[in-house]
Amino acid sequence: MGVLKTLWHKLGSPRWFYDMSRSWSMIFGILAVLLLGAGTLWGLAYAPADYQQGNSFRIMYLHVPTALVAQSSYLMMGIAGVVLLVWRMKLADVLAAAIVPIGFSMTLIALFTGAIWGKPTWGTWWVWDARTTSMLVLLFLFIGVGALRDAITNLETAGRACAVLAIVGMINIPIIKYSVDWWLTLHQTSSFSLVEAPTMPSSMWAPLLLNVLGMYCFLGAVLTSAVRTGILKREQNTAWVNEVVEQELA
Amino acid sequence: MFFDSFSAFLEMGGHGFYVWLSFGLTGLLIIGNVVHVRMARRNFFREHAQRQTRRKRSGTVPSNSGQNQQHKATEL
Repeated sequence: MGVLKTLWHKLGSPRWFYDMSRSWSMIFGILAVLLLGAGTLWGLAYAPADYQQGNSFRIMYLHVPTALVAQSSYLMMGIAGVVLLVWRMKLADVLAAAIVPIGFSMTLIALFTGAIWGKPTWGTWWVWDARTTSMLVLLFLFIGVGALRDAITNLETAGRACAVLAIVGMINIPIIKYSVDWWLTLHQTSSFSLVEAPTMPSSMWAPLLLNVLGMYCFLGAVLTSAVRTGILKREQNTAWVNEVVEQELA
Repeated sequence: MFFDSFSAFLEMGGHGFYVWLSFGLTGLLIIGNVVHVRMARRNFFREHAQRQTRRKRSGTVPSNSGQNQQHKATEL
Protein backbone atom coordinates (compact mmCIF):
# COMPACT_ATOMS: atom_id res chain seq x y z
CA MET A 1 0.00 0.00 0.00
CA GLY A 2 2.82 2.37 0.88
CA VAL A 3 4.30 2.05 -2.59
CA LEU A 4 0.94 2.75 -4.20
CA LYS A 5 0.43 5.81 -2.03
CA THR A 6 3.83 7.18 -2.99
CA LEU A 7 3.07 6.52 -6.67
CA TRP A 8 -0.28 8.29 -6.33
CA HIS A 9 1.41 11.35 -4.85
CA LYS A 10 4.13 11.31 -7.49
CA LEU A 11 1.48 11.24 -10.21
CA GLY A 12 0.48 14.66 -8.90
CA SER A 13 3.70 15.96 -10.41
CA PRO A 14 3.49 16.24 -14.19
CA ARG A 15 7.24 16.68 -14.30
CA TRP A 16 7.82 13.35 -12.57
CA PHE A 17 5.59 11.63 -15.11
CA TYR A 18 7.33 13.36 -18.00
CA ASP A 19 10.72 12.10 -16.86
CA MET A 20 9.34 8.62 -16.12
CA SER A 21 7.64 8.08 -19.46
CA ARG A 22 10.55 9.06 -21.69
CA SER A 23 10.81 5.71 -23.49
CA TRP A 24 7.23 4.42 -23.08
CA SER A 25 6.04 5.64 -26.46
CA MET A 26 8.91 3.85 -28.18
CA ILE A 27 8.38 0.59 -26.28
CA PHE A 28 4.60 0.59 -26.83
CA GLY A 29 5.13 1.58 -30.46
CA ILE A 30 7.53 -1.29 -31.18
CA LEU A 31 5.22 -3.78 -29.44
CA ALA A 32 2.25 -2.44 -31.41
CA VAL A 33 4.06 -2.81 -34.75
CA LEU A 34 5.17 -6.37 -33.93
CA LEU A 35 1.82 -7.55 -32.54
CA LEU A 36 -0.37 -5.84 -35.15
CA GLY A 37 1.98 -6.89 -37.94
CA ALA A 38 1.97 -10.55 -36.90
CA GLY A 39 -1.74 -10.63 -36.05
CA THR A 40 -2.80 -8.93 -39.28
CA LEU A 41 -0.59 -11.09 -41.52
CA TRP A 42 -1.75 -14.24 -39.74
CA GLY A 43 -5.39 -13.19 -39.82
CA LEU A 44 -5.38 -12.12 -43.45
CA ALA A 45 -3.30 -14.84 -45.06
CA TYR A 46 -3.13 -17.89 -42.77
CA ALA A 47 -6.31 -18.14 -40.73
CA PRO A 48 -8.93 -20.42 -42.32
CA ALA A 49 -12.03 -18.82 -43.84
CA ASP A 50 -15.27 -18.87 -41.87
CA TYR A 51 -17.59 -21.70 -42.93
CA GLN A 52 -20.54 -19.31 -43.20
CA GLN A 53 -19.10 -15.88 -43.92
CA GLY A 54 -16.15 -16.87 -46.09
CA ASN A 55 -13.30 -14.35 -46.09
CA SER A 56 -15.27 -11.29 -45.01
CA PHE A 57 -14.90 -12.50 -41.41
CA ARG A 58 -11.25 -11.32 -41.56
CA ILE A 59 -12.60 -7.81 -40.93
CA MET A 60 -13.10 -9.09 -37.37
CA TYR A 61 -9.33 -8.74 -36.83
CA LEU A 62 -9.78 -4.96 -36.95
CA HIS A 63 -13.39 -4.58 -35.85
CA VAL A 64 -13.10 -6.33 -32.48
CA PRO A 65 -9.77 -4.78 -31.34
CA THR A 66 -10.79 -1.23 -32.28
CA ALA A 67 -14.24 -1.57 -30.68
CA LEU A 68 -12.62 -2.84 -27.46
CA VAL A 69 -10.00 -0.08 -27.40
CA ALA A 70 -12.66 2.54 -28.18
CA GLN A 71 -14.71 1.54 -25.14
CA SER A 72 -11.65 1.16 -22.91
CA SER A 73 -10.40 4.60 -23.86
CA TYR A 74 -13.79 6.13 -23.06
CA LEU A 75 -13.75 4.36 -19.71
CA MET A 76 -10.25 5.75 -19.07
CA MET A 77 -11.50 9.23 -19.88
CA GLY A 78 -14.38 8.84 -17.43
CA ILE A 79 -12.09 7.57 -14.66
CA ALA A 80 -9.65 10.40 -15.39
CA GLY A 81 -12.63 12.74 -14.98
CA VAL A 82 -13.38 11.32 -11.53
CA VAL A 83 -9.71 11.66 -10.54
CA LEU A 84 -9.68 15.27 -11.74
CA LEU A 85 -12.85 16.23 -9.88
CA VAL A 86 -11.98 14.42 -6.64
CA TRP A 87 -8.21 14.88 -6.36
CA ARG A 88 -7.65 17.82 -8.73
CA MET A 89 -4.86 15.91 -10.41
CA LYS A 90 -3.58 17.90 -13.40
CA LEU A 91 -2.22 14.81 -15.12
CA ALA A 92 -5.73 13.30 -15.24
CA ASP A 93 -6.97 16.28 -17.22
CA VAL A 94 -4.03 16.09 -19.63
CA LEU A 95 -4.82 12.40 -20.13
CA ALA A 96 -8.54 13.04 -20.65
CA ALA A 97 -7.72 15.62 -23.33
CA ALA A 98 -5.26 13.24 -25.02
CA ILE A 99 -7.81 10.42 -25.19
CA VAL A 100 -10.36 12.32 -27.34
CA PRO A 101 -8.71 12.06 -30.80
CA ILE A 102 -7.56 8.45 -30.46
CA GLY A 103 -10.83 7.34 -28.84
CA PHE A 104 -12.76 9.05 -31.62
CA SER A 105 -10.59 7.35 -34.27
CA MET A 106 -11.00 3.90 -32.72
CA THR A 107 -14.78 4.31 -32.54
CA LEU A 108 -14.84 5.52 -36.14
CA ILE A 109 -12.80 2.51 -37.30
CA ALA A 110 -15.07 0.12 -35.38
CA LEU A 111 -18.13 1.71 -37.03
CA PHE A 112 -16.53 1.77 -40.51
CA THR A 113 -15.34 -1.83 -40.39
CA GLY A 114 -18.70 -2.88 -38.92
CA ALA A 115 -20.55 -1.22 -41.78
CA ILE A 116 -18.25 -2.73 -44.39
CA TRP A 117 -18.56 -6.15 -42.76
CA GLY A 118 -22.33 -5.75 -42.56
CA LYS A 119 -22.75 -5.29 -46.32
CA PRO A 120 -21.78 -8.84 -47.39
CA THR A 121 -23.00 -10.43 -44.14
CA TRP A 122 -26.30 -8.72 -43.33
CA GLY A 123 -26.95 -7.27 -46.78
CA THR A 124 -26.87 -3.69 -45.50
CA TRP A 125 -24.25 -1.09 -44.52
CA TRP A 126 -26.17 0.10 -41.51
CA VAL A 127 -29.00 -0.93 -39.20
CA TRP A 128 -30.35 1.04 -36.26
CA ASP A 129 -29.96 -1.83 -33.84
CA ALA A 130 -28.88 -1.42 -30.23
CA ARG A 131 -25.19 -2.24 -30.67
CA THR A 132 -24.56 -0.05 -33.72
CA THR A 133 -26.62 2.83 -32.34
CA SER A 134 -24.91 2.79 -28.94
CA MET A 135 -21.51 2.77 -30.68
CA LEU A 136 -22.65 5.78 -32.73
CA VAL A 137 -23.58 7.47 -29.44
CA LEU A 138 -20.02 6.75 -28.24
CA LEU A 139 -18.68 8.52 -31.33
CA PHE A 140 -20.90 11.54 -30.57
CA LEU A 141 -19.73 11.52 -26.95
CA PHE A 142 -16.11 11.77 -28.07
CA ILE A 143 -17.04 14.60 -30.47
CA GLY A 144 -19.02 16.31 -27.70
CA VAL A 145 -16.23 16.16 -25.12
CA GLY A 146 -13.74 17.43 -27.71
CA ALA A 147 -16.00 20.29 -28.77
CA LEU A 148 -16.71 21.24 -25.16
CA ARG A 149 -13.01 21.53 -24.42
CA ASP A 150 -12.45 23.68 -27.50
CA ALA A 151 -15.39 25.93 -26.58
CA ILE A 152 -14.12 26.92 -23.12
CA THR A 153 -11.02 29.10 -22.93
CA ASN A 154 -10.32 28.72 -19.23
CA LEU A 155 -8.30 25.51 -18.84
CA GLU A 156 -9.63 24.62 -15.41
CA THR A 157 -13.29 25.20 -16.28
CA ALA A 158 -12.87 23.27 -19.54
CA GLY A 159 -11.26 20.35 -17.72
CA ARG A 160 -14.03 20.17 -15.13
CA ALA A 161 -16.85 20.49 -17.68
CA CYS A 162 -15.33 17.75 -19.84
CA ALA A 163 -14.88 15.55 -16.77
CA VAL A 164 -18.59 15.87 -15.90
CA LEU A 165 -19.68 15.12 -19.47
CA ALA A 166 -17.29 12.15 -19.70
CA ILE A 167 -18.56 10.73 -16.39
CA VAL A 168 -22.23 11.11 -17.37
CA GLY A 169 -21.47 9.47 -20.72
CA MET A 170 -20.02 6.40 -19.00
CA ILE A 171 -23.59 5.12 -18.71
CA ASN A 172 -23.24 4.26 -22.41
CA ILE A 173 -20.45 1.72 -21.83
CA PRO A 174 -22.55 -1.01 -20.13
CA ILE A 175 -25.29 -0.26 -22.65
CA ILE A 176 -22.88 -1.04 -25.50
CA LYS A 177 -21.62 -4.15 -23.72
CA TYR A 178 -25.01 -5.66 -22.92
CA SER A 179 -26.93 -4.28 -25.93
CA VAL A 180 -26.65 -7.61 -27.74
CA ASP A 181 -28.14 -9.44 -24.74
CA TRP A 182 -30.81 -6.93 -23.72
CA TRP A 183 -32.25 -6.30 -27.16
CA LEU A 184 -32.88 -8.48 -30.16
CA THR A 185 -30.12 -7.22 -32.45
CA LEU A 186 -28.76 -8.11 -35.84
CA HIS A 187 -25.34 -7.81 -34.27
CA GLN A 188 -24.15 -11.14 -32.95
CA THR A 189 -23.48 -11.72 -29.26
CA SER A 190 -19.91 -11.99 -28.03
CA SER A 191 -18.03 -15.04 -29.31
CA PHE A 192 -15.61 -14.89 -26.41
CA SER A 193 -15.93 -15.26 -22.68
CA LEU A 194 -13.38 -15.08 -19.90
CA VAL A 195 -14.74 -18.23 -18.27
CA GLU A 196 -15.38 -20.50 -21.26
CA ALA A 197 -13.13 -21.99 -23.92
CA PRO A 198 -13.52 -20.25 -27.29
CA THR A 199 -15.77 -21.98 -29.80
CA MET A 200 -13.59 -21.07 -32.77
CA PRO A 201 -10.29 -22.84 -33.55
CA SER A 202 -7.06 -21.34 -32.21
CA SER A 203 -5.88 -20.57 -35.75
CA MET A 204 -8.80 -18.13 -35.87
CA TRP A 205 -8.69 -16.57 -32.41
CA ALA A 206 -4.92 -16.38 -31.90
CA PRO A 207 -4.46 -13.63 -34.56
CA LEU A 208 -7.36 -11.78 -32.95
CA LEU A 209 -5.66 -11.95 -29.56
CA LEU A 210 -2.45 -10.56 -31.11
CA ASN A 211 -4.34 -7.69 -32.72
CA VAL A 212 -6.25 -6.88 -29.53
CA LEU A 213 -2.99 -6.69 -27.56
CA GLY A 214 -1.35 -4.77 -30.41
CA MET A 215 -4.18 -2.24 -30.57
CA TYR A 216 -3.90 -1.62 -26.81
CA CYS A 217 -0.14 -1.07 -27.24
CA PHE A 218 -0.90 1.36 -30.06
CA LEU A 219 -3.25 3.22 -27.72
CA GLY A 220 -0.46 3.26 -25.13
CA ALA A 221 2.06 4.66 -27.61
CA VAL A 222 -0.24 7.40 -28.91
CA LEU A 223 -1.50 8.36 -25.44
CA THR A 224 1.98 8.54 -23.90
CA SER A 225 3.17 10.82 -26.66
CA ALA A 226 0.07 13.03 -26.52
CA VAL A 227 0.16 13.24 -22.71
CA ARG A 228 3.85 14.22 -22.73
CA THR A 229 3.18 17.02 -25.20
CA GLY A 230 0.13 18.02 -23.16
CA ILE A 231 2.25 18.27 -20.01
CA LEU A 232 4.80 20.50 -21.74
CA LYS A 233 2.00 22.77 -22.97
CA ARG A 234 0.39 23.09 -19.53
CA GLU A 235 3.74 23.73 -17.86
CA GLN A 236 5.21 25.90 -20.60
CA ASN A 237 5.88 28.78 -18.21
CA THR A 238 8.07 26.76 -15.89
CA ALA A 239 11.84 26.56 -15.85
CA TRP A 240 11.90 22.78 -16.13
CA VAL A 241 10.06 22.85 -19.47
CA ASN A 242 12.58 25.41 -20.73
CA GLU A 243 15.36 23.05 -19.74
CA VAL A 244 13.67 20.10 -21.44
CA VAL A 245 13.16 22.08 -24.64
CA GLU A 246 16.74 23.36 -24.64
CA GLN A 247 18.10 19.87 -24.05
CA GLU A 248 16.05 18.29 -26.79
CA LEU A 249 16.73 21.03 -29.32
CA ALA A 250 20.48 20.98 -28.60
CA MET B 1 -0.91 -19.78 -46.34
CA PHE B 2 -4.63 -20.35 -46.59
CA PHE B 3 -4.90 -19.16 -50.21
CA ASP B 4 -3.65 -21.03 -53.29
CA SER B 5 -2.21 -17.98 -55.04
CA PHE B 6 -1.53 -14.31 -54.49
CA SER B 7 -4.43 -13.34 -56.73
CA ALA B 8 -6.74 -15.55 -54.67
CA PHE B 9 -5.41 -13.74 -51.58
CA LEU B 10 -6.28 -10.37 -53.14
CA GLU B 11 -9.68 -11.64 -54.25
CA MET B 12 -10.63 -13.01 -50.81
CA GLY B 13 -13.21 -15.30 -52.38
CA GLY B 14 -15.21 -12.38 -53.70
CA HIS B 15 -14.92 -10.37 -50.48
CA GLY B 16 -11.71 -8.58 -51.49
CA PHE B 17 -13.37 -5.17 -51.78
CA TYR B 18 -14.78 -5.32 -48.23
CA VAL B 19 -11.69 -6.75 -46.59
CA TRP B 20 -9.19 -4.41 -48.27
CA LEU B 21 -11.40 -1.36 -47.81
CA SER B 22 -11.55 -2.14 -44.06
CA PHE B 23 -7.81 -2.61 -43.74
CA GLY B 24 -7.09 0.43 -45.91
CA LEU B 25 -9.31 2.80 -43.92
CA THR B 26 -7.95 1.48 -40.63
CA GLY B 27 -4.38 1.92 -41.85
CA LEU B 28 -5.09 5.52 -42.84
CA LEU B 29 -6.63 6.39 -39.48
CA ILE B 30 -3.78 4.70 -37.59
CA ILE B 31 -1.15 6.59 -39.58
CA GLY B 32 -3.19 9.77 -39.14
CA ASN B 33 -3.04 9.40 -35.36
CA VAL B 34 0.72 8.82 -35.38
CA VAL B 35 1.26 11.88 -37.58
CA HIS B 36 -1.07 13.93 -35.35
CA VAL B 37 0.78 13.27 -32.08
CA ARG B 38 4.18 13.70 -33.71
CA MET B 39 3.22 17.02 -35.29
CA ALA B 40 1.76 18.24 -32.00
CA ARG B 41 5.06 17.55 -30.28
CA ARG B 42 7.15 19.14 -33.04
CA ASN B 43 4.88 22.20 -33.15
CA PHE B 44 5.17 22.67 -29.40
CA PHE B 45 8.95 22.65 -29.53
CA ARG B 46 9.02 25.10 -32.43
CA GLU B 47 6.55 27.49 -30.84
CA HIS B 48 8.24 27.26 -27.46
CA ALA B 49 11.62 28.11 -28.96
CA GLN B 50 10.04 31.17 -30.59
CA ARG B 51 8.46 32.22 -27.27
CA GLN B 52 11.83 31.83 -25.56
CA THR B 53 13.55 34.04 -28.11
CA ARG B 54 10.92 36.72 -27.56
CA ARG B 55 11.23 36.42 -23.78
CA LYS B 56 15.00 36.64 -23.85
CA ARG B 57 14.72 39.78 -25.95
CA SER B 58 12.37 41.37 -23.43
CA GLY B 59 14.27 39.94 -20.45
CA THR B 60 11.47 37.95 -18.84
CA VAL B 61 12.78 34.40 -18.71
CA PRO B 62 10.93 32.49 -15.96
CA SER B 63 13.03 31.46 -12.99
CA ASN B 64 12.97 28.21 -11.02
CA SER B 65 10.70 29.73 -8.41
CA GLY B 66 8.19 30.88 -11.00
CA GLN B 67 5.94 27.82 -10.93
CA ASN B 68 3.40 27.79 -13.73
CA GLN B 69 2.17 31.36 -13.52
CA GLN B 70 -1.05 30.84 -15.43
CA HIS B 71 -2.60 27.95 -13.56
CA LYS B 72 -1.43 27.15 -10.10
CA ALA B 73 -2.92 25.46 -7.06
CA THR B 74 -4.35 22.65 -9.15
CA GLU B 75 -1.45 20.33 -8.44
CA LEU B 76 -2.05 17.54 -5.96
